[in-house]
Parts: sequence; C-alpha cells; structure tokens
Amino acid sequence: MADLAKEAHAAAPVPAGEPILEVSGLVKHYPLTQGILFKKQVGAVKAVDGVDFVLGQGETLGIVGESGCGKSTVARMLVNLERPTAGQIKYRGEDITKLSGRALKAVRRNIQMVFQDPYTSLNPRMTVGDIIGEPYEIHPEVAPKGDRRRKVQDLLDVVGLNPEYINRYPHQFSGGQRQRIGIARGLALRPEIIVADEPVSALDVSVQAQVINLLDSLQNEFDLSYVFIAHDLSIVRHISDRVGVMYLGRIVEIGTDEQIYEHPTHPYTQALLSAVPVPDPEARDHRERIILTGDVPSPANIPSGCRFRTRCWKAQERCALEVPALAVPAVFRIGDTPAKHDSACHFAEEKRVVPTE
Amino acid sequence: MLLEVRDLHVEFRTRDGIANAVNGVSYTVDEGETLAVLGESGSGKSVTAQAIMGILDIPPGKITGGEILFQGTDLLKLKEDGRRKIRGAKMAMIFQDALSSLNPVLSVGAQIGELFTVHKGMSRKDAKAKAVELMDRVRIPAAKERVGQYPHQFSGGMRQRIMIAMALALEPDLIIADEPTTALDVTVQAQVMELLAELQRELRMGLILITHDLGVVADVADKIAVMYAGRIVETAPVHEIYKAPAHPYTKGLLESIPRLDQKGQELYAIKGLPPNLMHIPPGCAFNPRCPMAQDVCRADVPPLFEVSPTRRSACYFWKETLDG
Repeated sequence: MADLAKEAHAAAPVPAGEPILEVSGLVKHYPLTQGILFKKQVGAVKAVDGVDFVLGQGETLGIVGESGCGKSTVARMLVNLERPTAGQIKYRGEDITKLSGRALKAVRRNIQMVFQDPYTSLNPRMTVGDIIGEPYEIHPEVAPKGDRRRKVQDLLDVVGLNPEYINRYPHQFSGGQRQRIGIARGLALRPEIIVADEPVSALDVSVQAQVINLLDSLQNEFDLSYVFIAHDLSIVRHISDRVGVMYLGRIVEIGTDEQIYEHPTHPYTQALLSAVPVPDPEARDHRERIILTGDVPSPANIPSGCRFRTRCWKAQERCALEVPALAVPAVFRIGDTPAKHDSACHFAEEKRVVPTE
Repeated sequence: MLLEVRDLHVEFRTRDGIANAVNGVSYTVDEGETLAVLGESGSGKSVTAQAIMGILDIPPGKITGGEILFQGTDLLKLKEDGRRKIRGAKMAMIFQDALSSLNPVLSVGAQIGELFTVHKGMSRKDAKAKAVELMDRVRIPAAKERVGQYPHQFSGGMRQRIMIAMALALEPDLIIADEPTTALDVTVQAQVMELLAELQRELRMGLILITHDLGVVADVADKIAVMYAGRIVETAPVHEIYKAPAHPYTKGLLESIPRLDQKGQELYAIKGLPPNLMHIPPGCAFNPRCPMAQDVCRADVPPLFEVSPTRRSACYFWKETLDG
C-alpha cells in the first residue's frame, strides 16, 4: 500500500493550490432534428450552456444541482466521454478538447471517473481483477504484465477490500463494496484528478459514510484533486473546499463551502438550501422555507435573460432582458464580506437559510 | 386505533433458500397520525407495507404469522374480494416511482377516473369531472386541459402529484407512502411533502411514511419505527429519538449524517454491511456491526424493552445507549 502511494504521477507535480484544471465557456448542445432522410436541425437541448470554473491542485470542488442541470454532462466532458460543442478544458495549461490520438490518451490517464451506479458500471462477466486491471491494458506503460496482479491486489487493499477477492465477480459484492471496486478502477492509473459523479447516491445511509471516508483518506494519500458531483447538499459540504451551484446548464453561484452555505446570495441557492430537510425535528417549526413554484424549464427552451426567472420570487423586467454574469455582485464588491463571491443575479442579497447549530 | 400490525412474519421462498423479510413486526397508526418507518434496503419496511395493502406477491412471498387489524377487522382473514373493497377506498398507497406505477397508454384523467367508475359506479363523464377536481386539489396547473394527457407528458413532481390525487380520490382513512419523494429533486420534494402533509391534516388520514431519509422524517413524522433485518429495533415519538436514540443502530444512523462541526473530520460510519436475509445472525441481528455487542447479544434475540410508556428499544443495553 505504501509503495503504491509513493509511485510518481505521470508528470511533475503541480504545487498545491495552483490550478490543475481550468474550464471556460464550456458548452454542450445536443441537436434536435426533424425529418428522416434530410435531417434538419430544429433546435438544441442546451445541456451545458457556458460553464467556467477552476480546480486547484489537491482541492475538492463540489458541484450541486437538480436533475437535468447539466452537472453529469460536465463530468463526462471533463473525462472526454463527450466532446464539448464549444469552450475549453485546460489541464495543466493545455486545452484537452483539441487533443486527439496519443496526446489525448496520455491526458486521459490523469483524469479518471467514478460512476454513480455501482450496479451498472461494472461488467458482470468480468472478474474484479479484470475490471480493476483493464486500465493497464489500455495504458500498458503504467504496469508491465507480470506486475499487474500484484498491483490490483494492492488497489483492493487500499480501498478496503480483501485482496483475495480478486477472482470474484461483481454480483458477489454489495453496493458499497462495488463502489469501492469502481474507486479502485479509477485509481489504477494513478490519476491526478478524479471526477466522481454521484458516487454515494445509490448507497444505503449507513454505507455512504464509509465511502465518503474512503474518498477523503485517498485524497490525502494519493494527492488527488476531486470534482465531486452530487445532489445531496450535506455530503457535498462535508467533502468540498469550494462548491458550485448549477441551474439549467450554468453555474449560478460559486464560492467556498462557507460562502455558499452560510452566505448564499443567489435566490436559487437559497431555495435549494432551504428545501433540504434538516434531520432535527426541533427545527420544524421555526425555519423559513422557500418553496419554489413550478418545475425546471426544458433545456431545449431556455428562458431569456436569467434562466431562473420563471421560478424566482424576485424576478423583474430586467431579469428577462439581461443575462446576469457570474461575478461578484456590485453591492458586495466593496469591503471584505463572505458574501463577496461569484453569483449570477441582478438582485443578489444575502439571506441565511441554513439553521445555525 | 386505525391500524394495528401484530407480530407480522413474511418470508420469501427463493431458489437459494428462504429469505426472512419480516420477522415479527408490530406497530400502530392512529387517525390523523404520521408514522415514519425508517430503514435501509432489505430492512422489510416495504414488504410490511405491501402485506398491509394486500399487494404482496404470493408466491414467492408468504405471510407466515401475525395479524393486521384495520378498523378492528383482521385483513389477513378476509377473502380477496373483501380486501379489494378496502384497497383504494379505505386505504391507498403512493409508490416511489410514479412513472412505472402509472399506465403509459391511458390518459391520467382515465386513470384517476377509473377509481370512481369501479368503486362508486359513476359514469365516465362524471368520473372525468372528478378527476379534474382532484388534479386541481393537488395543484396541477391547467387541470382541465391536462386531464387528457399521458404520464410521459408530465414532469416527475407532477406525476407524483397525480399519484397522490389517485391515492386521495376515495378519501381513504389510511395512506401508505413508500419513499414518495426519493426519486424527486429537493425543491420538488419540498413541494410534494408539503402538499401531502396539508392534505393529510385536512382529511385527518393516518399516514405511514416509508423512507430512509432522516431529514424527511424529522420534518413530518409524529412517531418513528426504525427497522433492521425485518424487525423493529426502536419506536419512539419523533422529538425524543433525535435527541437521544435508545438503540445503537439508530444512534449510528444519526451520527453518520455529516454535521457542520465535523467538517474535515472522518464521518462516523457503521462498520460492515446489512445482513443477508437468508442468514440473519443469531441473537440481535445488528450484533456483528454493533460497537456495544456482548455475549448475550449473540445468543438471544432481544425483546422490545420499554424505555418509557411511549418508547421501545430492542437492545439489551438501551440504558447505556441512551446515556451516552
């Protein structure tokens, strides 16, 4: 286990805190076509519509949002499972969306993914050893053939599974154990960045904490940077250094966990936080809840101006005309308040919605 | 007493052996009361509910013991046509996944209206009018125009409202909601739970809320039954259980929720895995995962000890758990 951690990354390390991944203007549109023979584009599902963020070395960036907000599409673009329609993803200063062939393969080694559903993301006909060792088939330079079995067993040990289980099949494991296998596979190539898309959502409450603790300890041991995508706000807060809130293909607010949870300035963030049930019956009577009306609009037909305005209680004419930029709102620019962080709202104001303990 | 479940046992006969899904569950629900049944997958919470509703798949399922008294009648002694008169009219169920519980080839109006044509003998025209009224009541916008639409034309939250409308249609005395908001986003979950709580108060129905979400429970429940491996391990009024759990399993669940003051620290995690229902450990089913387990826990199944007149805990060491 110790020597596994000591093995160097593929390239020289990035100093802690320096940006390792810079995403700018990221867009993914899926065309909507009509006609059978002559397909005519009649519109587009704007799954991701201009996302910018920076991930620092050793940092955990949490991305929260409801279903359909584009958070998983962002994840898939980061690991190059989807090609962006526009925008840049810079890894160590190099735009990986332009790469192909050997150069792309080298980069992909360093950005790995852990998937949501441990039941469908593992091939049922492969043994655990083959699943975790498969990355070595694609990147044979990482582990020579004779060395692979030992490496896989080390990985099993690292994620807290018995190394003797190497010849078992996925169905012989529980959900939490399967997610550990998925994590071991993600670690196999010694990546620098792990993109985890809802890694604990499919697990039981008592097992979630085990997997979160594992991800936390692996981050220290292997010097990893995480993009952690989830809809469970309390788990995201626990694990993240910074948090971005997505709505309908865009980040509407981003900041440190304290800025987002204690000093949210965007109405959507406030509504989202206030909707989370608090596991304390005493809070039932004296907490203010913002109950949004209506549903998220279709990403094929995004409202003009601010995309949240159709459900926002503050919306005015300006919101329909002008797209609010993701920047520190003018009112908070002076001075040094925790509300001074990027928020895409014309009428941003601070509102505390999470009860203090 | 609206509903009383007494010592219910359910097993499933499978190719690999007998799975003991429910092993002696007892609980009660009063008029207008909300009982939250909390448990992880495989704890038997849904199987108990299916047995109450009479929608358990038999075989492979089999009710091997117990009574389900609903308004004084033992449902398990009734014939199928007797149960059918109760199901839908006197008790109704809301399922987790609205999309797969609704019929994709019938309009939602027809599905809601069917309850009135079948149970009340109404004409299809009157039933449709009733359907519009109910859709209004669960606040589906433009109900009149949407009554002819199909389930796929509604969003997840709206579909769940349609499920609620169907459950409420005949103004039942008891509603069983099995993870009603698990598939929904938090902002929509808040809308749906608020609607459900409001309608329940208005109609004074008993509600059994089956969930694994400790947050939802704290928000709406009056009392809680925590289930583990087919047994109830703790029952208590909602305020007391969050303040001081009397069973190590409940305690572990509550402690594994990330809290603000624990940021950067390791989360408390219950070690190990829930048991396989074909091989439930002897003694207390939780003993292999329990930090307090002693020899007695491995030998004898703990009964439900009385902690207070309103609280029970199936732990030999409930006093110690309660104190620290």
